Amino acid sequence: MKRPYQKPTILKLQVGFLREKKSSLSRMVRQEIDGVPVAELAEKFGSPLFVFSEKRLREQFRYLKRLFEGHYPRVEFSWSYKTNYLDAICRIFHQEGATAEVVSNFEYEKARRLGVPGDQIVFNGPYKPKEILRQAVLEGARINVDSLDEILDLEEIARETGEKLRIGLRVNMDTGIYPRWDRFGFNLESGEVLNVARRIAAGGRLEVVGLHCHQGTFILEPEAYGRAAEKLVDLSQKLENDFGWTIEYLDLGGGFPSRNRLKGLYLPPEVAVPPLSEYAEKIARALLTRLPAGDYPLLILETGRALVDEAGFLITTVRALKRLPDGRRAYILDAGVNLLFTAFWYHFRVEVEREIPGPPEPCVLYGPLCMNIDVVEESALLPPLARGTRLVLSPVGAYNVTQWMQFITYRPRVVLVTENGNAEVIREAETLEDIVRREKIPEHLK
Amino acid sequence: MKLKRLAISEEGFVFDPETGNSYTVNETGLLILKKLREGLSLEEIAEIMNEEYGISREEALRDIQDFLEAMARFGLWEEKYG
Ligand SMILES: Cc1ncc(COP(=O)(O)O)c(C=O)c1O
Repeated sequence: MKRPYQKPTILKLQVGFLREKKSSLSRMVRQEIDGVPVAELAEKFGSPLFVFSEKRLREQFRYLKRLFEGHYPRVEFSWSYKTNYLDAICRIFHQEGATAEVVSNFEYEKARRLGVPGDQIVFNGPYKPKEILRQAVLEGARINVDSLDEILDLEEIARETGEKLRIGLRVNMDTGIYPRWDRFGFNLESGEVLNVARRIAAGGRLEVVGLHCHQGTFILEPEAYGRAAEKLVDLSQKLENDFGWTIEYLDLGGGFPSRNRLKGLYLPPEVAVPPLSEYAEKIARALLTRLPAGDYPLLILETGRALVDEAGFLITTVRALKRLPDGRRAYILDAGVNLLFTAFWYHFRVEVEREIPGPPEPCVLYGPLCMNIDVVEESALLPPLARGTRLVLSPVGAYNVTQWMQFITYRPRVVLVTENGNAEVIREAETLEDIVRREKIPEHLK
Repeated sequence: MKLKRLAISEEGFVFDPETGNSYTVNETGLLILKKLREGLSLEEIAEIMNEEYGISREEALRDIQDFLEAMARFGLWEEKYG
């Protein structure tokens, strides 16, 4: 029996290919998502198509919840709406016990419409319009204040209601990571937080009951959370001593990474991304060693991407083939950066719907937009693909179906593969009517 | 000759210390590189490929030449074979 023959090939390795050689070659084929064939999904619902796995969503939520509850007695997950606010996705997390974390009037209203009670909402963000802020106060939402002006707004609302309002303070601090998100909330090291606390205490209308710190997103240093937790505990003790408040919750925000490949990172995510258990350990250790035994404030986590990213896939189809002047192959896909906002920061895993013969070659994946920026992947390593071949990009569950844009073309369907293997549409494709409905033509142009 | 300076691993990684560039070759490419280093002629290598994989000597020779052309484009192959 002769060995199967492959034509000899030599490929120059770019830094990027070296890194992914193993993982990308061994995982290049994806025929199904949770048992539903990719071909069937595309034929039935069209291409491009976002596909979410209910199983993965629930499993990841339960995993994280168990993980943190195994380390600290009082934990609440608050689903970060901006990461993915499709109703069906939010419903799944709410069913699993998550509250809602919102950062705008739209998100607040969307959570309420979905049936989330006000007191199950964490309201963050640098601009909370007065009307929605008032509604949130009246409905008992947890409000984490971002600026002094918001404190003034809240004091005014407190005057109207005649009651002392319970608020949280968003704090930014040095936890040893870069970039530092120091534009949100009040700075710890400069003493700003304490000045603001004095100002609040003197006003007499507000009471601080919570502290919030969201350091950023895709944070690869578990220890940064340990430091944040330590600093929040120290601050809460100081506030309790100096002002007589009781800090009921410490909110460490979101920012845990998913197994995605951040651009500029040399190592594959399996190596570069620490396991989430390390985050849980660092946070719990910091809290438990500093807090007096038995006096455990609620730990709130606003985890977004780590819960949803890996549950989302995008099926897209090769619509045209090109050869670039430098000799590289290029493919034009029917999904571009209009749908994949996160392509600007991450290299997705690119899988082909079936085994394709031929050696992997460096190639570029372009979207369908007539815009030079529309590059989905500048350095994929794929066998020669024929027109009509379907690709599956992942993980794309976080921030794409919220930050996508209606630009040049329509946005496609989103389906959910349910736990018993059915595919259900959770967002219909856009139509021309959807887009023009809000437009008006002035009389003289008719 | 250039070929002698290349670091070639069993997994098919090829490193050119002169330029710092790395390459990867598949199993067949690796076989050709190794046999060239051992000083075998293209015809002898084609013979081995015929035995190993059952392809014709003509096809093997064509593929070897194609492979060497790709090597030449990367500046890894300079010699002219007649
Ligand atoms: C206040 C706040 N909480 C939570 C999140 C969710 O972050 P991630 O998706 O990185 O977990 C964000 C994202 O920017 C945020 O701004």
